[in-house]
Amino acid sequence: MAAGNNLAVEMKGITKRFPGVIANDKVDFELEKGEIHALLGENGAGKTTLMNCLYGFLNADEGEIFINNKKVEVTDPNVAISHGIGMVHQHFMLVPPFTVTENIVLGKEPTKNNMIDYKTANQNVRDISKQYGLNVEPTAKVQDISVGMQQRVEILKALYRGADILILDEPTAVLTPQEVKELVKIMESLTDEGKSIIFITHKLKEVKSIADRVTVIRSGKLIDTVKTDTVTTNDLANMMVGREVILEVEKKEANPGEVVLEVEDLYAKNERDLMALNGTSFSVRRGEILGIAGVDGNGQTELTEVLSGLRKKEKGTIKFKGREITKPQTKRLFEEGISHIPEDRQKRGLIMEFKLYENLILGRHDRKPYASGINLNNKKIKEEARRLIEDFDIRTPSETVQAKSLSGGNQQKLIIAREFDRKPDLLIAAQPTRGIDVGAIEYIHNSLITQRDNNKAILLISLELDEILSLSDRVAVIYEGKIVDILDIGDATEEKLGLMMAGAESEEEPEGGGQVG
Amino acid sequence: MVDKDISEKKAKYLQEQHLVDFIVPIISIIAGLIVGAIFMLIIGAEPIKAYIVLWNSSFGSLRGFGEMLVNTVPLIFTGLAVAFGFKIGLFNIGGDGQFLVSYLAAAYIGYMFQLPMYIHLPFALIAGMIAGGIWGGIAGYLKAKLGIHEVITTIMFNYIALYLVGYLAGGPLKAEGLLPATPKIFDTAKLPRFVPTMRIHYGIFLALAVAVLIYYILWKTTFGYEVRATGQNPDAAQFGGINVARNMVLAMFISGALAGLAGTTQALGLEYRAYQPFGFVGYGFTGIAVALVGKGHPGGVVLGALLFGVLSRGAMMMQSMVGVPKEVIEIIQAIIIMFIASEYIFKYLARKWRERKGGVADAS
Ligand SMILES: Nc1ncnc2c1ncn2[C@@H]1O[C@H](COP(=O)(O)OP(=O)(O)OP(=O)(O)O)[C@@H](O)[C@H]1O
Ligand SMILES: [Mg+2]
Repeated sequence: MAAGNNLAVEMKGITKRFPGVIANDKVDFELEKGEIHALLGENGAGKTTLMNCLYGFLNADEGEIFINNKKVEVTDPNVAISHGIGMVHQHFMLVPPFTVTENIVLGKEPTKNNMIDYKTANQNVRDISKQYGLNVEPTAKVQDISVGMQQRVEILKALYRGADILILDEPTAVLTPQEVKELVKIMESLTDEGKSIIFITHKLKEVKSIADRVTVIRSGKLIDTVKTDTVTTNDLANMMVGREVILEVEKKEANPGEVVLEVEDLYAKNERDLMALNGTSFSVRRGEILGIAGVDGNGQTELTEVLSGLRKKEKGTIKFKGREITKPQTKRLFEEGISHIPEDRQKRGLIMEFKLYENLILGRHDRKPYASGINLNNKKIKEEARRLIEDFDIRTPSETVQAKSLSGGNQQKLIIAREFDRKPDLLIAAQPTRGIDVGAIEYIHNSLITQRDNNKAILLISLELDEILSLSDRVAVIYEGKIVDILDIGDATEEKLGLMMAGAESEEEPEGGGQVG
Repeated sequence: MVDKDISEKKAKYLQEQHLVDFIVPIISIIAGLIVGAIFMLIIGAEPIKAYIVLWNSSFGSLRGFGEMLVNTVPLIFTGLAVAFGFKIGLFNIGGDGQFLVSYLAAAYIGYMFQLPMYIHLPFALIAGMIAGGIWGGIAGYLKAKLGIHEVITTIMFNYIALYLVGYLAGGPLKAEGLLPATPKIFDTAKLPRFVPTMRIHYGIFLALAVAVLIYYILWKTTFGYEVRATGQNPDAAQFGGINVARNMVLAMFISGALAGLAGTTQALGLEYRAYQPFGFVGYGFTGIAVALVGKGHPGGVVLGALLFGVLSRGAMMMQSMVGVPKEVIEIIQAIIIMFIASEYIFKYLARKWRERKGGVADAS
């Protein structure tokens, strides 16, 4: 490889400041042609910011950018696009009611007699999707397709605009393991075609297995760029966090107490009015973590929503602390002692325009000490907010900034801080570590274990098998809205769970062979 | 990096942010006046003379000032009504209908009952508020329970109010005689005036007090928190245990009651009866502009209402004294709204400017 002239991108001394933070501090970055280059760093380290500078979404305060060895002033995304750069954002930017084709050609529509030529457009989309092996249905509406599909649409959108350099910001955070495998294939076929890819992730295993090189940044500063086959995942974790990180969860034997949550024969419908929960039954005891493993879309979302009062159940009983909850209402459930970390932080978890301290009281804003009578106790609220920010290590200049100015991972920490601080008897954690860096995962995992050891019941719903296996005391596998089986952690292996998640019967024969009635 | 550095930068940033919030309306007003002047030149009028008249019409005499405030009072209320609706994410364009039902309700209480003032006046005020509140609350209810868009229902309710009030004031509730209006209200229901010879009444203080109250509700109470949370992200609000539907109905009731206070003060402070309306007065509509200019903030609404109060008084005087058609004032108003609505451009320019300045300062 001849150095210098084989570079697709070279960024030199990039500095970007936000009020109160230096998000990038003289960062150098280079991307060789045809390589997959991972960008690694803690939440708020400045990865997205650096890429936004490259894509022209933000303008760097200092520094130079070279694309294909030519100096370019990337003043806005159009400049980046015209130089062959495409970006898939951490949070997708698609128009949900539009079709796949409409989203892809948006802003660059083929026209005939001044009208959008849908036939040609659909054909174009089919052509490029075939060329790169990215299957999509051109006429489907984006709101009706899965997250994995939406991501393909984003990638196709970039390719349609002639991208040679692709930036993927945390593409795997929202994907199922199966979808990740497919994405990796796509990425490989893209590099085979001569494209170069920058790929942001928090998963160290992915860095090792997918990327050729990795650049690590910490607190806005460049730490190093290394070949991935010269380092271990532990090395990477240490580089990124700046201290020893323990990737394995250490926990004592569980000491479960009485049953806190008992779900029996629960039925509920999904958004499209189809039955998503088909007689789900399980129970969670104090002092244990029950993990729910399953492929995305098997009723996990509906289950958490019913349990937090956001969705109506059709049938079945939910007993909490021995009493049946007939009419689940979110507010009452909170008061009774259920906390919930939602899977979609921007939709359910946070009010992005609200300040941090306002977000931290959501759900208990009308209770002491945050309110007295009808009045908010703003002084106390801010005080408590500062305490939580400190305790949970949320990286922010102050409690008075809006939630939207936090990095993705810190937004998640904000929710976790709020929900843990409620001191619930039952904590429902849906994808609690999605999009979170290893240092913070260590923290969240340990906190979950501590909660367990403090005799709380925890229901963990995660698509990450690793997470389920390392945290749970028992694992329930959900398939098509039914619990296939519940295993003790000692009996659960990745293979076994994998099979059951795919719908295979468990090895033990089900007793009785089906219910009558 | 030193901590002090951060907080200084933050303070500076916040300062600039507030500066932008003030500069944008001011630049917008200036731009509106310049464009208005150009139009006057085109039609052969003298802009400088006209603007002197505009200024003097409100600030040249005590009487003018009072009349300007008379225009301002209803705009504060309707501006607050729209702003409060915005906060929960609803667009109340039914201010005119809410104005009318309250106007009639307040007048009705004013002439139907004979009570001591300390009961009669509050009674009439509250009746007016409730009438407007119900008018707005129905739209809120239809939105919350059936998902019918509030823009449609509030417009429809404007017309229902227009014909209903028209029928009642011209028919069953009409006073004897030729005048198509209700009987006069008793003195005990009147909002007192400061000076007997001037029309400005205590409604202005009521308006200012209500603006403060709305500010307090929105930012200092749990209900206000819930309203703002619902407006920003109903999904998350629901997740936080907030009863979104109930708050929508309640917020639209309050919004309607605020617009209703415009009609109530019109009846109790100014006209002392309810005339049969022959069309919408337009306070509800102008209220939208006022809320936009005021950026949805109660303080901003008061300033916005003053601005529109001055302009509408000026329009009359400019027409009668220098022959400038009042449409010119409408153009000026439109330009101001346009500029303020395109605030983004200002923000962008301000950021560029700050960045450039920041760069230079760092180099030195
Ligand atoms: N628009 C903004 N306004 C103010 N501060 C911002 C803005 N965007 C980012 N920041 C700050 O810049 C820093 C870097 O954020 P960035 O989003 O680049 O982090 P990241 O490395 O992508 O983190 P994550 O892994 O959590 O997505 C953070 O401290 C963040 O709070
Ligand atoms: Mg990011």
